[in-house]
Amino acid sequence: MNTSTINLSAPQLAVDSGDSVSPSVVSAPSDMALRAEAVSCWFGKRKVLEGVSLDVHRKSVVALIGPSGCGKSTFLRSLNRMHELIPGAGIAGSIFLDGVDIYSNELTPSVIRQRIGMVFQKPNPFPAMTIRENVLAGLKLTGTKAEDPTSLVEWALTRASLWNEVKDRLHTPGGSLSGGQQQRLCIARSLAVKPQVLLMDEPCSALDPTSTRRVEETISEISNEITVVIVTHNMQQAQRVSDTCAFFLAEENQPGRVVEFGPTLKMFSNPSDSRTNDYVNGRFG
Amino acid sequence: MSTIDALSSHSPRRTRTFGQREVTETVVPIVVSLVTTTLLFMLTPLDGGFGFVLIAAAIFLAAFYVSVRRTRGAIHGIDRVVGVAITLAAMLTATPLILIVWTVFRKGIPGLSLNFFTKTMEGVDPSSGPKVGGALQAITGTLTQVGLAMLVSVPFGVATAVYLNEIRGRMSPIVRLMVDAMSGIPSIVAGLFIYTVWVIGPGHGYSGFAASLALGILMLPTVARTSEEMLKLVDPSLREASLALGSSQWRTVSQVVLPTARTGIVTAVILGIARVAGETAPLLMTAFGNDKVIGPVRALHEPQSALPLLIFQLFAQDQRQRAWTAAMVLVLLVLALFTLARIIGRSRKTG
Repeated sequence: MNTSTINLSAPQLAVDSGDSVSPSVVSAPSDMALRAEAVSCWFGKRKVLEGVSLDVHRKSVVALIGPSGCGKSTFLRSLNRMHELIPGAGIAGSIFLDGVDIYSNELTPSVIRQRIGMVFQKPNPFPAMTIRENVLAGLKLTGTKAEDPTSLVEWALTRASLWNEVKDRLHTPGGSLSGGQQQRLCIARSLAVKPQVLLMDEPCSALDPTSTRRVEETISEISNEITVVIVTHNMQQAQRVSDTCAFFLAEENQPGRVVEFGPTLKMFSNPSDSRTNDYVNGRFG
Repeated sequence: MSTIDALSSHSPRRTRTFGQREVTETVVPIVVSLVTTTLLFMLTPLDGGFGFVLIAAAIFLAAFYVSVRRTRGAIHGIDRVVGVAITLAAMLTATPLILIVWTVFRKGIPGLSLNFFTKTMEGVDPSSGPKVGGALQAITGTLTQVGLAMLVSVPFGVATAVYLNEIRGRMSPIVRLMVDAMSGIPSIVAGLFIYTVWVIGPGHGYSGFAASLALGILMLPTVARTSEEMLKLVDPSLREASLALGSSQWRTVSQVVLPTARTGIVTAVILGIARVAGETAPLLMTAFGNDKVIGPVRALHEPQSALPLLIFQLFAQDQRQRAWTAAMVLVLLVLALFTLARIIGRSRKTG
């Protein structure tokens, strides 16, 4: 049986050996953390997403925006192979993490999900676990041994800007926290497995403005180290946190497509497509 | 002025008062109902306590409606009467339980002494007084049989629930149908089945183990379906969160789903125990009965006593006093198991 460490490092090696450029030189391909090529998704026979191609720069924040039902969440879930968990779900195209196709047969979804974490719309800490156990849950669930669990807990909770609030009650149930704290606990839980990419599916939609601001600060901070892809319905949030933005749109009875993809600044000030302009200025959706 | 301010801001206003008007509204119908019913029972050949309660309650509701309608109108009248009627119905539902427990204790306590828990019926004439002999063989027998039955039905029941709700295999609808059909098996048929395939077929003879096989069959569907309902209550987003961390399905089930549903699964086991602890019919053709204490190992091939079986046998021998005391001990035992399971379920969750 392969240990997860070997599987984890294998894709990285593949990139280094396949790339003639020295790793120290920042070249275009190795600068891409994630690359989606012509991704289409189905639920049963219904095609919900068609031909989505995106390049996500390492350590950048990408916001996926668009009206409800345009396939942004489906696309996000296809990025760490969560889409396929839904019965009848189908996917075409390729998604590369550091140049390795995450849908290739040699990789298990488990390995991919350890490297591409996910934070959900509704805070979902494990109710049967304490705060500390929640942070370490990813290690326990993947059978990984932490060298120093105590400092890992502190590190992850500090990154999620929750440490000061919970350091004296790490052994109380995770469910005893407020909604905003629970969501930051979920972020800490995702960070503790040290993913390269963090996917966030409307992480602030169930939170009050103060908690939202703290989560946004957390996003800015963690993007110094990892890549973040965030789905949001909040235009101000997309402007505040993201470097690049992808606008998804599904015409009537059509699968969702990416209308425009570019730097956030341009998307909000001078979009190329009139539909983007209408959407970011609140004229529909 | 300041006193009023202090009162209004420091003590909550009482929105549900029970003042003069409410007392009159309630007391008058009670008096009317009691007087009318008493007169009715004196003047007509009506008799019986239960009938009295029913008629008095009906007259009270009617009088109560008239009285509330007079002061507050018909809508309020109906509202109050429905409220009171539903409360009465709920209390009436609990009455049989209270009556049963009360009767069992009233009849059972006179036959109770310490030796009931420490001595057996070995060489004892059942008609001798409560100071001689005891039911130790039956208490240990019931504990052994229910324990062995749990050993079989809890792992299989929980595994079935996991299959039905987590794995959701192709066979799920068929398995669910079979489990449902299984819960309809009459207990005596389960007993006959074990009698045929275990007791006489291979010739293992009567034994406590045979009894636990029959009880296990009866317990399994309750444990499986109740556990499945409990797993359904686990937030699906917890499974997603676990899988998104890179967990396998087995670790998701064992580390996240089952611990979250622990209290519910303990409840499922309690219901399973409740289903079989008082079963008598299957024991007649499996455990058979014994005056001696039979340990769990010897129970694999020796006849064993059990509380319901002892109650049945004592009753058949017209030993009413001992039978009532055994019935009381059985009720206490089931109650103790319930309490124990509740404590386990609670302490694990918070600890």
